[in-house]
Amino acid sequence: MEIIAPTIVNSSILLWALLIPLAGALGVFLFGKESPNFREGSSILAAVMLCCTVVSMRSAILNGVMYQYQLFDILPGVSLTLRADAFSMIFALIASFLWICAAFYSMGYMRGSNEHAQTRFNTCFALAIFGAIGVAFSDNLFTMYLFYEFVSITTYPLVAHHQDEEAFEGAKKYIVYLTTTAKGLLLPAMILIYVITGTLDFPTNIYQGMFPADTESWMVTMLFVFCLFGFAKNGVMPFHHWLPGAMVAPTPVSALLHAVAVVKVGVFSTCRAFLYIFGVDTMDRLNLGIPTAYFVGFTIIMASVIALTKDNLKARLAYSTVSQLSYIILGVCLLTPHGMEGGLVHIANHAFSKITLFFCAGAIYIATHKKNVSELSGLGRKMPWTFGAFAIASLSMIGAPPVAGFVTKWWLLVGTMEASKIDPMATGIILILLASTLLNVAYFAPITIKAFFGKDPEGEPYEGIKEAPLAMVIPLCIACSISVYIGIQPQFFMDLVVKVVTG
Amino acid sequence: MLQSQETFIDKGLQGMEFIEYSGHLLTWLIFIPLIGAGIMFIVPGEENQRRWALVVTLGNALLSLKLWAGFDSSTAALQFYERTPWVKSLNIDYAVGIDGISLLLILLTTFIMPLCVLGSWTYISKRIKEFMICLLVMETAMVGVFCALDFVLFYVLWEMMLMPMYLLIGIWGGPRKKYASIKFFLYTLAGSVMLLVAIIALYFQNGHSFYIPDMMNQPYSMSFQIWVFLAFFLAFAIKVPMFPFHTWLPAAHVEAPGAGSVILASVLLKMGTYGFLRFCLPITPLATHALGTYVLWLSVAGILYGGFTALAQSDMKKLIAYSSVGHMGFVTLGIFCFNKSGVEGAIIQMVNHGITTGALFLMIGMIYERTHSREIKDHCGLAYSLPIFVTFLTIFSLSSLGFPGTNSFIGEFLILVGGFQFNKIAAGVSIIGAVLAAAYMLRLLQYVLFKGKGRDDISDLNFREAVTLLPLLIFVFWIGLAPEPFMNVMHVSVKNLLDQYHSIQTVASLALH
Repeated sequence: MEIIAPTIVNSSILLWALLIPLAGALGVFLFGKESPNFREGSSILAAVMLCCTVVSMRSAILNGVMYQYQLFDILPGVSLTLRADAFSMIFALIASFLWICAAFYSMGYMRGSNEHAQTRFNTCFALAIFGAIGVAFSDNLFTMYLFYEFVSITTYPLVAHHQDEEAFEGAKKYIVYLTTTAKGLLLPAMILIYVITGTLDFPTNIYQGMFPADTESWMVTMLFVFCLFGFAKNGVMPFHHWLPGAMVAPTPVSALLHAVAVVKVGVFSTCRAFLYIFGVDTMDRLNLGIPTAYFVGFTIIMASVIALTKDNLKARLAYSTVSQLSYIILGVCLLTPHGMEGGLVHIANHAFSKITLFFCAGAIYIATHKKNVSELSGLGRKMPWTFGAFAIASLSMIGAPPVAGFVTKWWLLVGTMEASKIDPMATGIILILLASTLLNVAYFAPITIKAFFGKDPEGEPYEGIKEAPLAMVIPLCIACSISVYIGIQPQFFMDLVVKVVTG
Repeated sequence: MLQSQETFIDKGLQGMEFIEYSGHLLTWLIFIPLIGAGIMFIVPGEENQRRWALVVTLGNALLSLKLWAGFDSSTAALQFYERTPWVKSLNIDYAVGIDGISLLLILLTTFIMPLCVLGSWTYISKRIKEFMICLLVMETAMVGVFCALDFVLFYVLWEMMLMPMYLLIGIWGGPRKKYASIKFFLYTLAGSVMLLVAIIALYFQNGHSFYIPDMMNQPYSMSFQIWVFLAFFLAFAIKVPMFPFHTWLPAAHVEAPGAGSVILASVLLKMGTYGFLRFCLPITPLATHALGTYVLWLSVAGILYGGFTALAQSDMKKLIAYSSVGHMGFVTLGIFCFNKSGVEGAIIQMVNHGITTGALFLMIGMIYERTHSREIKDHCGLAYSLPIFVTFLTIFSLSSLGFPGTNSFIGEFLILVGGFQFNKIAAGVSIIGAVLAAAYMLRLLQYVLFKGKGRDDISDLNFREAVTLLPLLIFVFWIGLAPEPFMNVMHVSVKNLLDQYHSIQTVASLALH
């Protein structure tokens, strides 16, 4: 396949994209306690501006432009440089758009539950988005590592928000897992890559990779493993424990963590590393693809099985996230064009569906103060919008048409077929995908069915329970509608994904 | 063999050439604080004494900018060079000069001192005159050590640091000040006695001269080099301090007043690592090569030991003190990799450690002034009541754990690049130290920022304290994001040092075959 090199355009628009969330955070901090409306206003304004900035770059990038902007030249081969290519855009678009939804939603949630320290919460929220956008727009491993770590630090106060024993315990687990893997695996990986290649800059296509042909294969394999586990935000087992632990956070944080900032930062970084540092050709040559696909296949199945056992709704969703994230990595590791497309587009598909599910969980909590799946029987009749959205989003998780998840599953299956033609070993992945679909049905379908068709619990009828505030219901309906829209009209993201794969 | 070594040495000696300088800039930098200390005796009033100390140190800092401006980074020669006979009968000279290795350390010293004065403005409430005199005498000695080119001058200044530091801890220190000051004194003295023996041995080997550049790259026998190296090593390893010679450090740090800890961490510890670079590599290259692996592993041991011990501390000062053991382990690790990345990383990491740890000690001093406690548990949940304090603390802590974008990351990165080029296993093990650094600093931050109910009885940083910390904050990001100006001054000197070191190894191995 012939790869067309992109036209590199030096543009400060990337700097603006980075400064907007930072300014938003500053605005939130300054308005602080004095004026909650201005505080929330500044984060919503920043979100809208960021989204417009990112969207404005899309068409040029589809036409073969790659934006680049160097901030600091640090050492030879190491710089703080931003880039926007098709791959960045997938992530930047969802992060910036979902920030708008999340900003409205968290306003409703935090005010609805009268949470403390809302200024700190909103500041850190904006800073986390700043970090996520930074990861999306990194031009090299150093920049990505910087923003990756930045996200870990700024989301810590969000996870520990309630400041009780449980929150500190969860937050401790969160930060220990994430910084230990980043420092223990990514830092040496980054240094070794620098020692071997003399640079940390990503190439412009996904095929060539960074390593010279004479690099020892054990070294490349070791670095590959370091990257798979080092970006522990990707939730690949066995370094996934931080995710359920972080469930102690308020629901908007969980939504942000699971759909936008944190886990997607992890998966995005992992895929960026696999495709751009190692490259499809090297992964193919060293046969790293299919074994990794099987390895993360284990996470897909195992996390689904654990999700089945969880009664706490957020915990169930957390394990569902662990499982779904590995779809993305699995797709990329198939190393066939359609497989990679299926994996990468799931970054977006999963984001919209999962944020809907978390928004629903939060709305249910605010309206009823119920956290467990077993307590939701009959609630769907009281909160039709919330549970309707939940039902649709869970269809996306299952992979049923016409919701976004179907597109993923379709291309993943096509990709697996392609891969199994080249390497018969890959055939088993079809079984993983099918088994996981059935498991998803098993842990999502009962929630919806019980909510709409189950009996009201005896003795405590749902009197006075109605939908959560509009500030929460509208964002979740929007996120849900988009899930459906990109299930029917997947071009918006598919174009970018195809651009990543074909150059 | 002798023939080839001699021809080589001729070449080597050319590397230590010097550029004559008529301005006596280094002499002024060394003696202005001392003169200032003399004048201090007649300055009346405590407030005036503080102001005078600030004027002297600040003036010296500004004057040292002339070094930066006039420094020629394209040559490895000694610059701002001065040499006049001192004690003619013993061939002792007053010789000073700097190169790319010492320049940054001198600037670090002159810039840290005004901050120390500012940081102890209200911290020290008794015997202010004497305190400031001690600080000024320290400055003279410290600047002098970094530019001395005569071993007697070096040794005199080296010993001159002992007394004021002893007094700083012993008079203005905490409850166990006597124990700590004596321990500090005895350890350092033990090291310097060995140093003196080595100096005298070199004096007799070198035709009765104490001139340091003449001692470099000479064909000393292996056994002589080993003995001299061991003597050097003991003196410098205690000063760094390297594991297992570090036990004086936590005691001294905990008991020392804020400014004392800052000087100790920012400058005094650097003397050891500076000694390794300035003396061990060029004077005893064969022994350094032969024993380098042991020192390398001791560094790794120090990194791990410092990290694990820091993790277990409940006293903030002890935590930072043990973290210093770990950080200085990284510096010695870089030096004993004998490659460009490692040594340059080590030098910039010395500066970084001076900035970051100095700032952290200043901050602990500031909080100690308010609460008279250094326990982490007494300072929980300060984020609400002391927002400025915690902002500074967060940034310096992140710098200390090597967060990308801050100064320490650059140093750690370069050292580990050098480490992975030289000895993958040692570098791999020392990564654990980097993980531990994140663990103990984040643990500290977690307590100080969030946990507990917070305190309403203490006030946030005042203007003077914020001004004290601000320059350090600027350097954290400056070195972290644009280290080029700082790295540029050392490239040629480090290259020259390593070229000489490696060609001596080559000559020696050729001679063996």
